[in-house]
Amino acid sequence: MADTVQFDLVSPERLLASVEAKEVQIPGSEGDMTAMPDHAPLITTLRPGVLKVSGTDGDKEYVVTGGFAEINESSISVLAEQAVPRDEISQEQFKAMVDDATDRLAKAQETYVNEPGPVDDAAKLLADMVAMGDEIGLSAN
Amino acid sequence: MPSLKDLKTRIESVKSTRKITKAMQMVAAAKLRRAQDSAEQSRPYAERFGHVMSKLAASVGDSESAPKLLRGTGSDQTHLLVVMTAERGLCGGFNTNIAKLARAEAEKLKAEGKTVKILTVGKKGRDSLKRDYADHFVEHVDLSGVRNVGYSDAQGVAQGILDRFDAGEFDVAKLFFSQFQNVVTQIPTMQQIIPADVSSDADGGDDAFYDFEPDEEAILTQLLPRGVATAVFSGLLENGASEQGARMSAMDNATRNAGEMIDKLTIQFNRSRQAVITNELIEIISGAEAL
Repeated sequence: MADTVQFDLVSPERLLASVEAKEVQIPGSEGDMTAMPDHAPLITTLRPGVLKVSGTDGDKEYVVTGGFAEINESSISVLAEQAVPRDEISQEQFKAMVDDATDRLAKAQETYVNEPGPVDDAAKLLADMVAMGDEIGLSAN
Repeated sequence: MPSLKDLKTRIESVKSTRKITKAMQMVAAAKLRRAQDSAEQSRPYAERFGHVMSKLAASVGDSESAPKLLRGTGSDQTHLLVVMTAERGLCGGFNTNIAKLARAEAEKLKAEGKTVKILTVGKKGRDSLKRDYADHFVEHVDLSGVRNVGYSDAQGVAQGILDRFDAGEFDVAKLFFSQFQNVVTQIPTMQQIIPADVSSDADGGDDAFYDFEPDEEAILTQLLPRGVATAVFSGLLENGASEQGARMSAMDNATRNAGEMIDKLTIQFNRSRQAVITNELIEIISGAEAL
């Protein structure tokens, strides 16, 4: 059994990381999960949160706002909508993300008056975003 | 026979034209590098995205419950052509080639009795298609204020397309842009974005059985709109690189032509000057002989 797995983090604009990792903690939409080498094939959606990578050359953390992860025995690919290394994220950037989520909630409330589904989704997105802010020590306001 | 003065002014004007085209070529070369970089940077995402998409599509198959974005609306009566071109001209056949491809497709669909709707991104495409298809136009997205195309711009365009799809305005959407090959070759390309075309990504070898969290359909409803945005985004970036490449080679040609023109005019200028001198000499000599 291989003790590392190829980990790639990509956002639409660039490839952020491509390293050998020992384990990756992924903020899945159904809960956090830690993927290690020889994980069963899985595709999951992400919620806003912190992605933690334990690589062969140290640990790294990234803030992601959503997207997908594809996991199989030998590779983990995270396709983030937006991804920023945790130590590079600024209060303004985070504020912009929160504002975006707030807008989305307002828009969902407007469009889907009698359908709770999309509104709840948007509300959850915002709540996740705020919770992520607490985790990385940035305030949502 | 133009006078010496006329020739001189013409040479000067061609020289300044050459300076301008040379400058434009150099600017395009600098911008090309950046555009090419961002086009390359976006490729890993698009590739992996296609991979995940084909996995999901294979797993959902043709089931009734599959989202419309994947399965289609069940009809192909109304086609939306999304034509992406540059905001500026002076880049050789770049805009014309994309418009030509779009026009051929529109004509083909019309001949089949289909309804054609056109959405343009980029001023040049709008201008050239508006003449023939003014009543097919549904929208023009203006990105002229945007310097570096970001994913959010693509998302905006994609959202507009998706809203129209949800409103049932069309059944099939096709994207027109220019694939960047190298500085001299850009290939006008047509890509179907709705319903999602996943067949090309199907790699038969790897048939691992994937788990999905949440279920396939929930993921697909999130994934497919992003697929449209990703396709638009990579189209925009490819276009950006193609435009600069096309402009660079067009301006290179223009500079070279201006150089040739200057050489030709200079020879003509020198000949005329020599003719004038000879003429004067003849006059002086024959004047002296007459004495």
